[in-house]
Amino acid sequence: MIGGEPIDPEVFIPSRSLADAGEAKSGESPLRLTIGVFTQNRLAVLGLFVVIFFALFCFLGPVFYHTNQVLTNLGVEDQGPSLKHLLGTDDVGYDLLGRLMVGGQTTLVVGLVVALLATSFGVIWGAIAGFTGGMVDTVLMRTVDAMLAIPTLFLLLFLASIFTPSEGLLILVIASVAWLVPSRLVRAESLSLRTRQFVEASQEQGARPIHIIARHIIPNVFGTVAVNATFQVADAILAVTSLSFLGLGIPPPAANWGSMLSNGVNYVYSGYWWQIWPAGLCIVVVVVAFNFIGDGLRDAFEVRLQQR
Amino acid sequence: MITRREVTGRSTAQPFFTGMRAFLIRRGIQAIVVLFGVSVIVFILLHLLPGGPARAVLGIRANKAQVHAFNIRYGLLNPLPVQYLDWLNQLVHLNLGFSYKQNQSVDSLLAENIPRTLILVGVSTVLALVVAIPAGIYQAVRRNKPEDYTLTGMSFLFYSLPTFFLGTILIIVFSQTLPLLPSTGPTAALPMIDQIPNLVLPILTLTLVTIALFSRYMRSSILENLVQDYVRTATSKGVSRRAILFRHVLPNAILPIITLIGLSLPGILSGALITEALFNYPGMGLLFWNAAITDDFPVMLGTTIVVGAAVVVGSLLADVLYAVFDPRVRYS
Repeated sequence: MIGGEPIDPEVFIPSRSLADAGEAKSGESPLRLTIGVFTQNRLAVLGLFVVIFFALFCFLGPVFYHTNQVLTNLGVEDQGPSLKHLLGTDDVGYDLLGRLMVGGQTTLVVGLVVALLATSFGVIWGAIAGFTGGMVDTVLMRTVDAMLAIPTLFLLLFLASIFTPSEGLLILVIASVAWLVPSRLVRAESLSLRTRQFVEASQEQGARPIHIIARHIIPNVFGTVAVNATFQVADAILAVTSLSFLGLGIPPPAANWGSMLSNGVNYVYSGYWWQIWPAGLCIVVVVVAFNFIGDGLRDAFEVRLQQR
Repeated sequence: MITRREVTGRSTAQPFFTGMRAFLIRRGIQAIVVLFGVSVIVFILLHLLPGGPARAVLGIRANKAQVHAFNIRYGLLNPLPVQYLDWLNQLVHLNLGFSYKQNQSVDSLLAENIPRTLILVGVSTVLALVVAIPAGIYQAVRRNKPEDYTLTGMSFLFYSLPTFFLGTILIIVFSQTLPLLPSTGPTAALPMIDQIPNLVLPILTLTLVTIALFSRYMRSSILENLVQDYVRTATSKGVSRRAILFRHVLPNAILPIITLIGLSLPGILSGALITEALFNYPGMGLLFWNAAITDDFPVMLGTTIVVGAAVVVGSLLADVLYAVFDPRVRYS
C-alpha cells in the first residue's frame, strides 16, 4: 500500500488452485471448515498470535511496567537503553518502552474502530446501490468514484487540519475515507447476488427491498467483507501512523507510533537508533500480521478449499 | 449522391454509435460526471472550514464587520447553488484563489511545484515498471521455487512497509551509516540535473514502494495467462518456451498494467506526498503539507481539485489506451 491507498489485492491475486482442494468428507459444519483452512495457513496463525501479543503488550504492559507518559523529564532525555529505561528515552525524557505501549493502544483502537465503522457504512451503501440498481446505483457509485479520485492522504490531511484531532475525531476522519473500498466490493457482490434464485423467491413472496438487503444480501457477502475488514485495519493503522508522522495526528503528550517515528527521524544523525527502530518495527510487524490474517481468511472462505 | 457505403467502404449500414466511439462516449461522460463530483466535494470541503471561508482566510481575530465585508465581496451570502456556479466559473477560468500566507496566487504556486512532482512521480513509475515487469516474469516462470518465494516475500514486505519508514531506513543506510547520499531533496531550481545526489533517495523510495505494488500484479497476471488455451496450442505446435513467453504471453499480461497505472495514480500521489514531506522535496506534496500545517486553505483547496482532476483524466486516458489495444474491452 502506498501512503494509505489500498489497491484491492483480492482483484489481482488468484487464490490457490482447485488442485489443492482436499478429498471430500461429509458432516462438518461450515464454521469448523473455515477455521480448519485458516489454521492450516501457518502465516495467518502467526499473524493472529502477533496481534494478540501486541494487544496484551499495549494494554496489559503498562500495568507491569509503570512509566509516566504525561510529564516530561528533561533531565534524562536521549538516553540509550539501560536497566532503568529498557528502551531508552526520547528527546523530552519519556521512557520509550512505555511510550510504545501507550502509543500502541491508540494505534490499535483507532485501527479497529475505523475498520468497524468504515466496513459497516460501506456495506450498507454498497448493498443498497448494488441491489437497487438504476439511478440510485449510478448516483451512489459516482459519489464513491469522485471521492476515490482524490488521493486519500490529501483528503485526510485536509480534514485533519480543519478539525483539531482527538482520538474520536481522528477515527471519524479516517473512517470517512475508508468506507469507499468496502462499498465498491459489496456493490459488485450484491449485483451478482441480485440474480440468484433465493432473492427472486423472496421478492416473489412480497418481501420489501430493505428486508431482502438486510436478511439475504448482507449475510451472503460476509466472507468478502470479513476479509476486507482485516485489510481495513492494516490500512487504518498505516493511515493513523502516516498522519501522526506528518504532524497531524493527536498532539502531545498523546503517544503514537507514527509521531514517535517522526520525532526519532530528527535525530538520525545523532545515532539515537532506539528512538527510530522500535516504533517503526512495531508498525511494520502489526501491519504485516493483519495482512497475513486477511490472506488466511480469504483462503479460508474460499469454499473450494474446504474439505467437506 | 454519395452513399455511406461509398464513403466508408463497408458493405452493410451500421449505426453511428458502435464499438470504439460508443466506448469513448460512455467513458467520457462518466469522467465528466466524476469531475463534477470532485468539484462538489471540494466545494463542500470549502464550506466545512471552521467559521466559514471568511474566518479561514482572515484569521481568528477578524471582527464581525470585516467578516461581513469579506462575505459580501466574495458573494458568500448568496444561496449555495449560486455560490457553487460562481466557484465553478472561477475554476474554469483557472482562478484558484490567492494564498495570503505565501502571498502568491494559488495557480502560480501550483505551476511552480507541479513540474517537480511530475519528475518525481514520472521517473519513479518508469523505473518501477522497468524492474517490476522482468521481476514478475521471473517469478512466474520460477513459480513455487525458492526464487519465487524470496521475491514474493520481499515485495510483500515492501508493500506493508509504510512509505515514511522505508524512506527513513534508506536515509539511515545511505546517509548515516554509509555517508553516500544527502538526506534532503534538491533545492527548488529547475532543472535539477545538477543535483542528482539529492534526487536519488526520494526517487528510490517512491520507486521501491511502487515496484512492490506492480510486481505483485505482474506475477499473477502472467500466471493467469500461462494456463490459457492459446499457450497450450502454441506449445503443442512446437513453439519454444521463450517465444511463447515473449511473443504471446507478455503482450497479453502487460496490457492490464495500463489500467493498473490508472488505478494506482491516487496511491502513487499519496506516496509522493509523504516522500516529499520526508525529504523536503519542493513539489506539490510538500506544498500541500505545508499548507495543511499552516492552515493555508486556498492552497489546499486548489491543490485538491487539481489533483482530483488529474486522477480522473489519468484513469480516463488509461482506460482509453487499454481499449485501443484490447478490443474486447470496448463492449463490456
